[in-house]
Amino acid sequence: MTTFPLSPAVQAFEAAYAVARRRSRLIWLVSTLVFAVLFMGAALQSDFFKITQVTLADGSRAERWIIPAGLPRLGEYLYKTIPSLSWDTLGSDIAAWFWAWRTWAVLLLETILIAFMATVFGVAGGFLLSFPAARNLSPNPWVLWITRRFLEIARTVPELVWALIFVFSFGIGPMAGVMAIALHAMGALGKLYSEANENIDMRPLDGIKASGGTWAQQIRFGAVPQVLPNIISYTLLRFEINVRSSSIIGYVGAGGLGQEFRTAVSLQEYTDLSALFVIIFVTVMLIDYGSEKLRHRFIGLGLR
Amino acid sequence: MSRGSSTLLVMEQHTLSLSGLGRQFGSTRAVDAVNLDIAPGQFVGVIGRSGAGKSTLLRLINRLVDPTEGTIKFGAQEVTALKGRALRQWRRDCAMIFQQFNLVDRLDVLTNVLVGRLADHGLLSSLAMRFTDAERAIAIRALDRLELAPQALQRAGTLSGGQQQRVAIARALVQNPRIMLADEPIASLDPGNATRVMDALRSINRDDGITVLVNLHTLDTARAYCDRIVAMRAGRVMFDGVARQLTDDVVRDIYGSDGLAEFNEAVTSTAARAYVPA
Repeated sequence: MTTFPLSPAVQAFEAAYAVARRRSRLIWLVSTLVFAVLFMGAALQSDFFKITQVTLADGSRAERWIIPAGLPRLGEYLYKTIPSLSWDTLGSDIAAWFWAWRTWAVLLLETILIAFMATVFGVAGGFLLSFPAARNLSPNPWVLWITRRFLEIARTVPELVWALIFVFSFGIGPMAGVMAIALHAMGALGKLYSEANENIDMRPLDGIKASGGTWAQQIRFGAVPQVLPNIISYTLLRFEINVRSSSIIGYVGAGGLGQEFRTAVSLQEYTDLSALFVIIFVTVMLIDYGSEKLRHRFIGLGLR
Repeated sequence: MSRGSSTLLVMEQHTLSLSGLGRQFGSTRAVDAVNLDIAPGQFVGVIGRSGAGKSTLLRLINRLVDPTEGTIKFGAQEVTALKGRALRQWRRDCAMIFQQFNLVDRLDVLTNVLVGRLADHGLLSSLAMRFTDAERAIAIRALDRLELAPQALQRAGTLSGGQQQRVAIARALVQNPRIMLADEPIASLDPGNATRVMDALRSINRDDGITVLVNLHTLDTARAYCDRIVAMRAGRVMFDGVARQLTDDVVRDIYGSDGLAEFNEAVTSTAARAYVPA
């Protein structure tokens, strides 16, 4: 192979490239070290290296690292939740396992309805606020700042805390649950929708503005058609999340299956726990499956 | 081809006057002390190299960009002072078409054209995307004029570039404008489509009596279509005259051929003809 003398421009490139390589290696090394230190510090702070006392089989006490010490107890707990089922009496065993199925079916329906209503309210609020909360669409910086902070507060406070507040103000029952989940969902969806809004192509909006369109018309004709597939996708995803939330929110008295969880835990009805878990697991699985199908259909459709 | 409606004939004809118009972006003066009077019915081409301020000039006239100094007047109306509803009506009166068409890809062609009617719509009918039958009739006639009626219910994004630009022209037409501003309308099109778009603009100018102001970066297109050529360099107007006054020396001055020994007009041409070397 013939070698040509390198031109000064190529030589300059080689030098600059070597410098860039050294620099990126150094950055990688330093950031890995920093991450490792922070991670170990966090693990220490969260008791990952704690030593705890355990009772051995012969009754003596010994010291063990917390993770191997706790694992058998986890197994023990889960074992207690397994119902006694046998082939000969399977029907009656299952009936005994789901002994309170009438109550649970009603509460399951309530759980799904809470999730549904909360999703409707959350979507409506999040959708409306996502436009003033998008950097590229907001009519002015003040509106942007206020809507963003409002959405942040709505989603930063966990549903359970909102539920506690609403149960206190409006009494025990599903309405408090709907409001709690709706508020949190509005905050979360408003954020997701506004990020979708920030990724749109602004040229169609310019075209509408140049035709004499108002801000609302630019949003309706220019932005909404672009973000609609994303919005539908996020909405269905949020419905799935809301079903999970509404199944636990009864823990603080805000309706749905959660109250049964609480009863089962406090009365140590282990097989009730597993029965409730099976009910929620199957429900969430079915809703996930259905909404995924729906999502793909919507994405394929020419919606506006 | 249908003539413009009779309302155009009774429409007052005004001169568009820019005086001392300027726009500063950071430390760059995109448009600098521009004085221009554009008589009704003229077909004006604005030429100049990239970054000369052509786009900003058009956006200033439509008020998509606000000037930092100077005024724009249309007859006795001071365009630069307009706000709110009056501003939106001004934008409707001086329709704009863009290099990248600026259509909503996911909406059908007809709805994209109907966007041109939005200045006369209230909030509720806009949110519901409701238009009257009369408006739909206007829109489909405009599309038919540009030979796009068969595509009316197709999504705009599925059309070719040339078709999309004609949809944009149809949208501009249903605004019933007095002035049409076109910002590099053929820069993204192949020669055949470029010719169709320029011919459509010429027909709008001649048959409907609409003033056309078009940014171009190909000199021969400007020579072929424009009554008057305005050349800009670094935000200022360097030349204002008819095509035959645009001599080689003037052209070299406008484009500031940095290090280029010779400036070949045919290289930048988008006309649908083969270039035969001399």
